[in-house]
Order: sequence, then structure tokens, then C-alpha cells
Amino acid sequence: MRWVWIDRITEFVSGERCVAIKCVSAAEDVLHDHFPAEGGREAEPMFPHSLLIEGMAQTAGVLVGHRGRFEHNVVLAKIGRADFVRVVGPGEVVRFTATLDRYDDAGAATSGVLEVLDPVGGEARALGRVDLMFGHLDAARAGDLDLPERPFVFTGALMDLLDRSGVPRP
Amino acid sequence: MAMSRDEVYEKVQVVLEDALGVDPDEVTPEATIGPDLGAESIDFLDIAFRLEKEFEIKIEQEQMMPMNLLNDPKYVQDGRVTDAGMAELKSRMPHADLGEFEESRLVEDFPKVFTVDAVVKFVQSRLARA
Repeated sequence: MRWVWIDRITEFVSGERCVAIKCVSAAEDVLHDHFPAEGGREAEPMFPHSLLIEGMAQTAGVLVGHRGRFEHNVVLAKIGRADFVRVVGPGEVVRFTATLDRYDDAGAATSGVLEVLDPVGGEARALGRVDLMFGHLDAARAGDLDLPERPFVFTGALMDLLDRSGVPRP
Repeated sequence: MAMSRDEVYEKVQVVLEDALGVDPDEVTPEATIGPDLGAESIDFLDIAFRLEKEFEIKIEQEQMMPMNLLNDPKYVQDGRVTDAGMAELKSRMPHADLGEFEESRLVEDFPKVFTVDAVVKFVQSRLARA
């Protein structure tokens, strides 16, 4: 299973904003257990908010990484805010809009808005707000940590997503 | 009109409450940002970012809290800050009270230097420059 919780980047303004969408599918493993039928209660597939936070972390992380030309290991270091006003289920689409608020050598701060889009029609509905902080985890800052020599964050599936979405490399 | 110390203190208090999720009554002038208020390294960056936004000043996190100095063998040996290190700290941190730290000089005690009062003084010095 690939750990990529966004499906497509639909808008990208380098150093400013990244917008991505994720289609919630009944076929996703995570929905089979969250939440399963229990006792007298019917099954209720609800996409975990923790993975929505991860989706925002990936949307914002790509924005931060791209700003640094993918030369740093950008790691999620702090969730400043994570508020949700509704739940999301199969057949709905989540739109993540991440804005880069602050960036320097040590790390970055982003703010983010999540919305639910209904493919059948109607306006986007507010889903939540997630504000994050990222650190640049490089050898100089690693201290006692044993880090791999090569960059390990922006590899494989995440970079494929960038390419498939047509986001130009820095 | 220049901001009074009380005004600066109040704004710093709000920044620390938001960044660290602490109650207003925990943020006293003597409270240490790390040991007392529970800040970790990413929180220091968050605090620097928020102070910049709140006071519209430019802050380098290293100027407020020169942690890199503690990795320099010129300034730290065997877990203790050397004379050269103390001199460097005093010159870089006029906003902090280094008296108690000078007695131990242990690197592990350094976080105690960074109090709410030190943050307020640092912001005041930056505002005076702006």
C-alpha cells in the first residue's frame, strides 16, 4: 500500500499555494474498519480525520519541499491546529488548499483549508482547517539521529504524483 | 508611539499561549520557555514566526536563542560552556540573564536561560531597532 493520501495536485503556485484533491473510495482498506458494524450498530464508513491531516501534510509538504528545490528532508514537526466540522465518506472528494505562510532555512509554517466537493453537484462545503509546521531535517540539524545520507522524503510515489499532476520541477 | 513593556508583555503572552497551548497563568516572567512551558525545538521556530507576525519585525531564531553555539567545540567542551563560549553568549544574548547559568555552565542547563522575560526583552530590543 502506498502512503500517498492525495490523488492529484490541481493548482500549484511555487512558494505560495498548493491545491490537491483526494477521492474517498469505498474500496479503501481503511474504510472497512472505520467504523465496522458492531453490536446493533450498522457499519459507518468514515474517512479518518487523522488521514485528512496527513493529506494536508503531503499537500503542504510538497509546497515546502518545492520551495527548497527538494534539497532538504522536509518533515512534519508540529500540528498547530486541526479542526473539522463534518465527516467525509465514500463517493466524496476532499480538496486541500495549503498556503505557505513562512519559510526559512530551519523550516516552514503553512495554513490549510479542507473542503468537501460533491461530484454530483452543489457548492464546496467547509470540512476543516489544518495548520502545520515543518522542519528541515538535514545532517547539520540531526544531532544524534542516524539519518540516511541521501534525501529520503521526496522519493517514489510522491514525486510521481507531482509529475503526473504536471507540476514542473523547480 | 512606541509600545510599552506591558503592551509587549501582553502580546508575548498571547503568542506563547497559542504556540505552546498553555494557560495564561502559566506564562509568568520567570517561567522558562522549554522546561516550564514545555517548548520543543520546533516550538522555538513557531514562536519566532509568530513574534515576527505579531510585532512586524524580522527575527532569526538563532539570534533569540543561539543553540548552534552549543555545537561549536570552540565554545563547549565536555558538556560545559568555555570562557570563550560564555563571552560569546553574553554578547549574543543581552536580553537574557546569564548569571545563574554561568555558575553551572552545563549545556543541559542552557534551556533554563530562556525565560518569558528574555523573550520580552528581545522583542523590545528589536522594536527599538526598527
